[in-house]
Amino acid sequence: MTFWNDPIHFIAEWLRGLFIGWGMSGDVANVLIALIGAVVLASVAMVLDILLVWVERKVVARFQDRLGPNRLGPFGLFQPFADILKLIIKENITPAGADKVPYNIAPILAMTAVLLLWAVLPLAPTIFGVDLNVGALYLIAAGALGTLAIILAGWSSNNKFALIGAFRAVAMMVSYEIPMVVTLLIPTILAGTMSLNGMVKAQDVWFVVLSPLAVIIFLISAVAELGRAPFDLNEAESELVAGYHVEYSGMKFGLFYAAELLHAFTFGGFMAVLFFGGWRGPWAEQYPLLGLLYFFVKAMIGYWVFMWIRYTMPRIRIDHMLAFNWKFLTPLAFVLLMVTALVDKALAGAETWVYALGMFLANVVVAWVTVEILRAYSRRRRLEEEAPAKQVIRTGVEGQAAHH
Amino acid sequence: MPQFKEANLEVNLDEIKHLVSERAIKGETMLLNMGPQHPSTHGVLRLLLELDGETIVNCIPDIGFLHTGIEKNMEAKSYQKAEVMTDRLDYLNTVGNNLAYCLAVEKLVDLDVPPRAQAIRVILTELQRIASHLVWLGTSALDVAAMSVFLYCFREREMILDIFELCSGQRMMTTYFRPGGLWRDVPVEFEDAVRRFIDYFPKRVDQYEALLTRNPLFLDRTMGIGKLTTEQALQYGVTGPPLRATGLAWDLRKVRPYSGYEQYDFDIPTRTEGDVYARYLVRVQEMRESLKIVRQALEKLPYGPVRSNNRKYVPPPRSEIGVDMEALIHHFKLWTEGFHAPKGAVYAAVESPRGELGVYLESDGGTKPYRVHWRTPSFDNLQVLPLLAKGHLVADLVAIIGSVDIVLGDVDR
Repeated sequence: MTFWNDPIHFIAEWLRGLFIGWGMSGDVANVLIALIGAVVLASVAMVLDILLVWVERKVVARFQDRLGPNRLGPFGLFQPFADILKLIIKENITPAGADKVPYNIAPILAMTAVLLLWAVLPLAPTIFGVDLNVGALYLIAAGALGTLAIILAGWSSNNKFALIGAFRAVAMMVSYEIPMVVTLLIPTILAGTMSLNGMVKAQDVWFVVLSPLAVIIFLISAVAELGRAPFDLNEAESELVAGYHVEYSGMKFGLFYAAELLHAFTFGGFMAVLFFGGWRGPWAEQYPLLGLLYFFVKAMIGYWVFMWIRYTMPRIRIDHMLAFNWKFLTPLAFVLLMVTALVDKALAGAETWVYALGMFLANVVVAWVTVEILRAYSRRRRLEEEAPAKQVIRTGVEGQAAHH
Repeated sequence: MPQFKEANLEVNLDEIKHLVSERAIKGETMLLNMGPQHPSTHGVLRLLLELDGETIVNCIPDIGFLHTGIEKNMEAKSYQKAEVMTDRLDYLNTVGNNLAYCLAVEKLVDLDVPPRAQAIRVILTELQRIASHLVWLGTSALDVAAMSVFLYCFREREMILDIFELCSGQRMMTTYFRPGGLWRDVPVEFEDAVRRFIDYFPKRVDQYEALLTRNPLFLDRTMGIGKLTTEQALQYGVTGPPLRATGLAWDLRKVRPYSGYEQYDFDIPTRTEGDVYARYLVRVQEMRESLKIVRQALEKLPYGPVRSNNRKYVPPPRSEIGVDMEALIHHFKLWTEGFHAPKGAVYAAVESPRGELGVYLESDGGTKPYRVHWRTPSFDNLQVLPLLAKGHLVADLVAIIGSVDIVLGDVDR
């Protein structure tokens, strides 16, 4: 074991030796090392977050034909630090009538919920917080904490706009978790494990090839889970001003903002892990740091897609959003899950390429059937809409004739 | 020091009881105060909403937060000087306001306007219409959260404002049209700048349409929302695109042409649905039609003077003042006392981007108008908002406000 093929354990072993050399018992040293690991991981995520502020502003500016931050440091790289400094020196206002404890816990919880996700994110073959064998389940459970933060913030602010934002958040998160859980089961079936690192290791063929539909469903429900446009109903600045965080100022608001960006990037990472081979790439196994690079590139592309969607699409309305989820996305996800399970069983033990081809074709068939059903449905709707229109014209003419 | 009795400006629940339903008093529905400081009320409009969940039971607009007293102020200024205030009414239709005012003054004192001035007036007002529709498109796209469209629209609007700056030295508050013609002739670069814009702009409209017109999310948000029938529109005095979206092709440029609009070949886009989407389509089509008018006007832009030769009402050119005693006297009289308008009252109306913009001027024979009244389209169109909003969701309300396209400076004046 050298630094180059297993950096984290190399450093951990070195620290353990150091601590034991200082006269600690082995157990205390282990706990201390785990603690240091958690702090380092969380710090890395938060430092990355600072960079993401810059990335988001710069990329969006390019989408919108602007320059973005370009004054402070090279390419405006120091702009986020100025932003943070500004937020820190601003007054932290707690509105009169606010429920103080949940009001102050909410922003911390929002950030914590995202940082918790990083615990299971396999950054490279040997670089990860912990390789839980129920990683996918943990992902859903920890992700739901973020929703709790939004509800707390909306409820405790004592503001009607914030409250409506929280209502919407509940409706949205509760419904979109279902297709997300179901699509998470598809990589689980394909990999035969719930461990996220196990899933990456199982992706000799990227799962995006095996199940492209699942990627699309996961992407949509992830955008909803993140609360980004077109699903940013809980913020909806044109309707609810800022939604659940309307009463927050200073760094408390900053934490919500930072949590949102990091959440988006983290989900870009999960997209990469679940469907795009995570850290896999040439020589990633030998040199984990190279895997780290692959992972970040893939996650950044996922994040870029989230931004792309966000700044192109209008916001969906709440009733349409729920209808879309319950009438379309959830049934589709369940059908896809069943088909995947059946094909997986049928092709168990087949050659890799036969298995991949079978899975891909199964997805194509499901997509084709879906499109056909949608087309028939919209045709029926169109006929229904046209039929009464004709009647109205006829009666209109008769009415006029009678009137004359 | 005199003691003023403190006025009670707060409205208590008893005073607004008749505006909301019984259920609001019982606490079954929620009263939500939207604005005056709200990102989607397009200025300082306050809406008192009665909500059942997110459904609007009642919507009560409260206006007056941007009251400027422009009408009254204009009565204290001579006819030429009062024009400066007109720009500030509807700040997205500055030259259009100038035009309405100039037409009224010209009607009052019976002034002629040279054909070149008329053609330039048409070009600039049509460019202004495009600029105003661009602001509308950008902000109403922003209301449904299509954020990038907003910045694209403002990019193109800036080109138009550059043309204004080229002519008048000002981006927005131009006061470029004067009673009897224009302030001065356009610079030589004007034609090229306008031509560059009309060659460049159609591609951009296509781009906006590609982003919105067939976008399913946008259709979901706009189709069938805020429906208005022609009868309702006429009852409320709604004019402009909201009226044309209901199916009535009422456009003052066609039905009561002014400034030589009858010479140009253009269509009046109409739709029959009367919803937010119909208003969107009408306005986007209007931008293309305006472009057609600009192109025609530019092609046959006549040469000649841009100001009437009637020295009793129109200041003489600078070159004459140094050599001609009479010109000096005219100049002095016009810029100190102003001109005496004959006794009488006139009403002149133009088709602003928002609808019928009319000026009523009453003269008592003096140098200042005795009464000025503006019939502003935003004010009349806003009245229909409670009708449109009822039964829709809060999310639809912002789309509806955006589609009615109000400018609060125009509402409150």
